[in-house]
Amino acid sequence: MEQNLEAITFTIDGVEVQGMPGQTILEAAEEAGIYVPRLCQLKGITPHGSCRVCTVKVGGSWTCAACTQPIYEGMEVDNSSEEIQTLRKDLVEMLFTEGNHYCMFCDKSGNCELQAMAYRMGIMAPKYPYIYPEAELDASHPDLFIDRNRCILCARCVNTAQEQDGKSVFDFAGRGPHKKIIVNGEKLSDTQLAAADKAADACPVGAILPKKGAYAKPVGARDYDDAPIGSDIEAKVCK
Amino acid sequence: MSQNLETFVKHVCRENGNDAGRMMDICRAVQAEFRCVSPEAMTLIAQECNCDRSQVEGVVSFYHFFSTKKQGEVVIWLCDDVIDEMKGSADVAEALKQELGVDFGQTTTDGKFTLGWTPCMGLPDQAPAAMINEELVTNLTGDKIREMVRELRAGASVKDLVKVPGDGMNADPRLNTMVSNNIRVKGPVIFADIENAVGLKAALAKTPEEVIEEVKTSGLRGRGGAGFSTGLKWMFTRGAEGEQKYIMCNADEGEPGTFKDRIILTECADMVFEGMTIAGYAIGSTEGVLYLRGEYAYMKEYLDSVLEERRDAGLLGKNVAGKEGFDYDIRVQLGAGAYVCGEESALISSCEGTRGDVKTRPPYPAQKGYKGKPTSVNNVETFASVNRIFVNSGQWFSATGSCGSSGTKLLSVSGDCKRPGIYEVPFGMKLIDFLKMCGGEDAIAVQVGGPSGELVNPDAFGRSIEYDDLATGGSMMVFGPGRDVLKVASKFLEFFVEESCGYCTPCRAGNVFIKERLDRIIDGKGDKDDIAYLEQLCNTVKVTSRCGLGQTSPNPVTSTLKNFRGEYESRIQENPDRMELSFDINAELTEAAAITGRMSEHF
Repeated sequence: MEQNLEAITFTIDGVEVQGMPGQTILEAAEEAGIYVPRLCQLKGITPHGSCRVCTVKVGGSWTCAACTQPIYEGMEVDNSSEEIQTLRKDLVEMLFTEGNHYCMFCDKSGNCELQAMAYRMGIMAPKYPYIYPEAELDASHPDLFIDRNRCILCARCVNTAQEQDGKSVFDFAGRGPHKKIIVNGEKLSDTQLAAADKAADACPVGAILPKKGAYAKPVGARDYDDAPIGSDIEAKVCK
Repeated sequence: MSQNLETFVKHVCRENGNDAGRMMDICRAVQAEFRCVSPEAMTLIAQECNCDRSQVEGVVSFYHFFSTKKQGEVVIWLCDDVIDEMKGSADVAEALKQELGVDFGQTTTDGKFTLGWTPCMGLPDQAPAAMINEELVTNLTGDKIREMVRELRAGASVKDLVKVPGDGMNADPRLNTMVSNNIRVKGPVIFADIENAVGLKAALAKTPEEVIEEVKTSGLRGRGGAGFSTGLKWMFTRGAEGEQKYIMCNADEGEPGTFKDRIILTECADMVFEGMTIAGYAIGSTEGVLYLRGEYAYMKEYLDSVLEERRDAGLLGKNVAGKEGFDYDIRVQLGAGAYVCGEESALISSCEGTRGDVKTRPPYPAQKGYKGKPTSVNNVETFASVNRIFVNSGQWFSATGSCGSSGTKLLSVSGDCKRPGIYEVPFGMKLIDFLKMCGGEDAIAVQVGGPSGELVNPDAFGRSIEYDDLATGGSMMVFGPGRDVLKVASKFLEFFVEESCGYCTPCRAGNVFIKERLDRIIDGKGDKDDIAYLEQLCNTVKVTSRCGLGQTSPNPVTSTLKNFRGEYESRIQENPDRMELSFDINAELTEAAAITGRMSEHF
């Protein structure tokens, strides 16, 4: 980033980084080629701050979500200590066991951000007990379906539809462990969702998928077959 | 029916200005009339308010007292707080089940009664208690509730259940409730005599800046528990950019064991409204909202009438108390059963007619709150204290209490003590002195500050009740000899699991896992590793959660691990072979055995 009077200087893991006022830790880090693991954040839409996987420690004293916390001058961000990595691992493990994630036959396998995050973090098996919640599938739409078994409640579909497609398609109902994604109507086919919408492609997991073209990418050519999730961001630093 | 529904929804929406921001009022009205907000009603409301149907569904599914399925004419919500349990709510539950022939969560076949559980409704000093439609019934026994059900079945109205009204204003025709105040000790700030409008006029004689200075001088800190400086909060809100600004009074008293706001609103409603008016003047606001928890709906009519009296007296409306150019009014917004709405930004979300979701910070409410405008949210007791500060003075106020915690605190006491109720005591009182005062000196444990606070053991009884030591928003639950503190902790976790809004991962899922492992230890199926597992899990939930709910929900476990560690250690088993102790092979095979008609030969 070019230096100018307005730039904010702060550190991530002791490395000096510059960002612009109003930027979040995650945005500024990304521009500097530093990857902050995240699931609910999607570039270009309002950060939701729900998965908490981007948790960082600031000034050695307090934690926050890097996707919603603005940067300030002199801020010291811990993005990689063992303490932070343990917290993030716990959160990813929670996401696995609170839902029904059967990677071996899910057609998002290899392209799934949750699965890729678990691989990146070296999670072999979650330590929490499986809850096996009952979840509904909505296959009423001609081109797309929702499988709530795999939903991680990240709101990426909700906000992408609203902010980029200009449509109200998704929302949330219920609370606590009963919170679930709902559609603006009695079923998905009642909504204005179209296969070409950005929202149809916003899901980090296999909860919203197209009906045709499952397993289209062969093993070896899938998004995370060659390099861990976040590698593209980290690659910037070498250039 | 469908025609009725359409007419009714249209009417209610029109009464609320076809404003989706008034979704709570609209849904409450539809629920009261049709005993549910059906999918059909949701579609109609969305059409009338020109909002998304999913917004309506999101709201209806969020709040405990809304239902998509039709409920009975009479809905009985029995309180399942831990204190109610100690005082015999199980007997009341059994009597209800027998008398009605249905279980909790069900409606009788004649459509007359629905039975449900609800968390602490602010009556642990007169437990067991229940809410029957909007009427609160107290000091229940099996026989008493049977009699009530019989009366209702015979055609009595819920108001007919009030035979002897409670003390003080509870007996006023506008309240006419069997709820009691149980005020045990009166202090100089809240319960001393006060004259209407004196404080307000004193404040209006100053400039808004001077008013804020006076509050700063008093040292007043937020009475809801967080303890933020009231003067600073007002200063930030006043200084924030924006033409319109709002004052909100947090009367969503949901922390189990807390009921002080119920008494303040019953006995000192004018003080609260006057404090809100002074606050409005200080920050430059024309509108205040008092957010009243759904459990206190029985007070709505009364509070509205007090507001009306204040309008008639010129203390609200145009040129308040003769102050040229200061226009200010207040309305009461009812909730519908959601603990998280006590969190200030969730409270704002609820007032805006959406799910009670906590908002992302920054921006803080002082910058961007209700309807996106600068908003100061303060507690009921805080506003009442403000009124007193302007009757006496900031300096007078700061002379009471302790260094760093000026003034008095209302403590709501329940559980194993001789004199449960409300105590107004100066900050800095030693816990042991307080226990003697309420007749709870035998306590083996005291939950200070409710489930989100700390469960302390007798070693801590010498500590003092103030922000910088034993902080409490008012809840003091006393547990006597023989009480199982781990079961208390489990009950509190059950509460947090139900009341989590579900927005962030750690609070939504983590609390479920904390409770699972705690229960495993209580069942005698835990080992040493489970203690380490709980410590790490609690830490993760605490430090990664998005709001105060998740940041404090592990406290029942962390504080018992710290203060009652022996209770864990005595229940865990040696597990040298590292088996899964909670796995019972015979139990797992029971179903298969029943199907095949034979038990496994191996186990």
